[in-house]
Amino acid sequence: MYQYDQYDQAMVDARVAEFRDQAQRRLEGKLSEDQFKPLRLMNGLYLQLHAYMLRVAIPYGTLNSTQMHVLADIADKYDRGYGHFTTRQNIQYNWIKLEDAGDILADLAKVEMHAIQTSGNCIRNISSDHFAGAAQDEVVDPRPYAELLRQWSSFHPEFMYLPRKFKIAVIASDTDRAAMRLHDIGIQIVERDGEIGASFYVGGGMGRTPMIAPNIRDFVPLDQLITYAEACLRVYNRYGRRDNKYKARIKILVHELGAEEYTRQVEEEFAHLLEQGIEPPIAELERIKPYFADPAFEDGPKTVDRSDPDFALWVDRNTHRHKHDSYVSAVISLKPVGGIPGDATAEQMHLMAELAKLYSFDECRVMHTQNVVLPHVKIADLHTLWTKLEAAGLGTPNLDQIGDIIACPGLDYCSLANARSIPLAQKISERFAANGKQDKLGELKLKISGCINACGHHHAGHIGILGVDKKGVENYQLSLGGSEAEDTSLGKITGRGFDEAGVIDAVDTVTDVYLAQREDGERFLDTYNRIGMAPFKEALYD
Amino acid sequence: MTDPQTDLGSSPDGVQFRFRDDETVDHASVTVDSFLEQSNSSAVRIEPGDDARELLPLLDRIALVEVNFPVFGDGRGYSAARILREAGYTGEIRAVGDVLVDQLNNMRRCGFDAFQPDTPMNEADAQAALETWPEVYQATTDGRTPIWDLRHGAGRNE
Amino acid sequence: MIILTGNDLKTGAVVWWDGVSWSLHVENAVDVGDQAGAIMAREEAARRVNVPYSIEATKDENGVRPAHIKDRVRALGPTVRPDLTLKPADPDIGEWVI
Repeated sequence: MYQYDQYDQAMVDARVAEFRDQAQRRLEGKLSEDQFKPLRLMNGLYLQLHAYMLRVAIPYGTLNSTQMHVLADIADKYDRGYGHFTTRQNIQYNWIKLEDAGDILADLAKVEMHAIQTSGNCIRNISSDHFAGAAQDEVVDPRPYAELLRQWSSFHPEFMYLPRKFKIAVIASDTDRAAMRLHDIGIQIVERDGEIGASFYVGGGMGRTPMIAPNIRDFVPLDQLITYAEACLRVYNRYGRRDNKYKARIKILVHELGAEEYTRQVEEEFAHLLEQGIEPPIAELERIKPYFADPAFEDGPKTVDRSDPDFALWVDRNTHRHKHDSYVSAVISLKPVGGIPGDATAEQMHLMAELAKLYSFDECRVMHTQNVVLPHVKIADLHTLWTKLEAAGLGTPNLDQIGDIIACPGLDYCSLANARSIPLAQKISERFAANGKQDKLGELKLKISGCINACGHHHAGHIGILGVDKKGVENYQLSLGGSEAEDTSLGKITGRGFDEAGVIDAVDTVTDVYLAQREDGERFLDTYNRIGMAPFKEALYD
Repeated sequence: MTDPQTDLGSSPDGVQFRFRDDETVDHASVTVDSFLEQSNSSAVRIEPGDDARELLPLLDRIALVEVNFPVFGDGRGYSAARILREAGYTGEIRAVGDVLVDQLNNMRRCGFDAFQPDTPMNEADAQAALETWPEVYQATTDGRTPIWDLRHGAGRNE
Repeated sequence: MIILTGNDLKTGAVVWWDGVSWSLHVENAVDVGDQAGAIMAREEAARRVNVPYSIEATKDENGVRPAHIKDRVRALGPTVRPDLTLKPADPDIGEWVI
């Protein structure tokens, strides 16, 4: 994976010093909270319900064991022994003291990590495919392009005060594992006539007005990638709405102008910027690429001993095909039955780090579904790995099952939330594990957000749940038919909302409809797409 | 030792920092609309909603562009400044309004060379802000060599 | 009653105005009547509290209860981690929030 050189290190060190100074000026009263807020947000420091919260970037979700150990150490030393992996491949700590923030950043900088631009109205952490470099279906590894974009977007002088936050995802396969078209810019690295280039999708997003990004350019040559991104951003910075924060995301600009007119403006700006010499040379991309070269794969057994049914189930559910046939990518579920989605204790993080070192060429990945991947595991090592995971409560075999719920922190932690998300996730996973229904349902992606900002991706859930505030009481709206994969679609609300017990029953009801109506090989989403909303609605409300 | 990148400049009336040696324009600036309507002024003031590109045909008549920041969180002025510099404008670009010390460095990078903040900055803080970044990742028109160019030794600005 | 809450500037901890200073415990919160604005301005200026705001609450034999669920979560801690709340010994304390 990527390693900082002297320049990258100097930039991160400088940021630590700068933020330490900003925090100090706040503590001394030289900065008001109004002035400090955007500064701390640009370094991922929120004031949440119970304390400050620090969001640490995990660029394109990739980290090594040393870094994972440090994330665990921070949880122990500065927080309360745990961290929360987020839907944008980051980690956040819930109990941070402002006076410790500088020291935490210094600890992170020692292992080439940071919290730069993990919040604020700027370009956020670049996310990517969690199976990058391992997936059998990718054109190339998307991460060198993501790293190039990371450097370009870090401290970009023109784009630190955009109309609103800005999220970029980069993938390199037709299968979308990063919700690419639900980002402000989604980039798919593609091959055309033997040449690699970038296909740009702009103006997607979730939140209160979910939109699927249209394709605005199907092939940008690699030696113009940064320039094209800069053109997309400049048009947005100049013309994105600033009169209403709820209409300030780029999706609204693209929607109001129309994709064609937005594209025309971008192309005009692009033509101008090509003259400005802002593009790093291809040599820079070539410098980055070897950091992501394949590790030394060895041939070995290609199958496992399936005599232990629990192990066989975990292999079937939680491993993913690798480009080398003696390896798989193994998913560590952070969704134990009844657990808090995405939370990991310091102990568990240390263990995941050790396992990455022992069995995955010192590498792990964070998934946007709040799980962790060991990308390159020898099939021969799977049983040993699984045994160790099981012993630590990390062997839940539920990837992409109804128990593999995405849930935002909700009203238990978040100051924006209207309702709690986590208790709902806990109760649903418990019910479907206890009644044995999870095993019958197959792939079913359930996603819960505690407010309209949609951090829990509810719009993109096969089943989505949105928490709302109904006169001071938690209420939940159910939606069906969303997807964040290559068949991206937005869920539709079933009808009036439910209280907590009611929405859990409602999930049970809609899965009953699916089980009764499904045809061979259909997932929940396929059945919904075939039969439509009516039968579900009827079962729920009549 | 003087470094044109970071040394705080001389300060004409109302302007706290100025990084240029030429004479300051001694008359008030006019709006973009009145400037375009045949004004004989050589100073123009850009509001966040104005299109800096409208000024490009008339750059040889301009000696001062004030870019107003009514609130620091409105970042349109950064693009306005870069657009003017990319078009070859060499006159003064002055940031006016809610301009804070933590924005100083990025504004310099985008081409601002004078600062007239509503609330004067602490000079030591301003000096520190300008010296924060040892290097830069992006190429702009400010003459600094981006990191990728240092890595690959092209030395485009030498 | 009207009570005041905010966060400690240094630690971020949730705090409540007890008439003299800022307490970690909502049961110490006092009714500030029409003095909310004046107290908050003074305390924030002195950096003894960060982003204070006033809320409605009720008081009975069980103590002070903020009117809105969000402030009850703030007063207690995350309902999904009773061990991290201010009442770790009471497994049913989450019920108080709802």
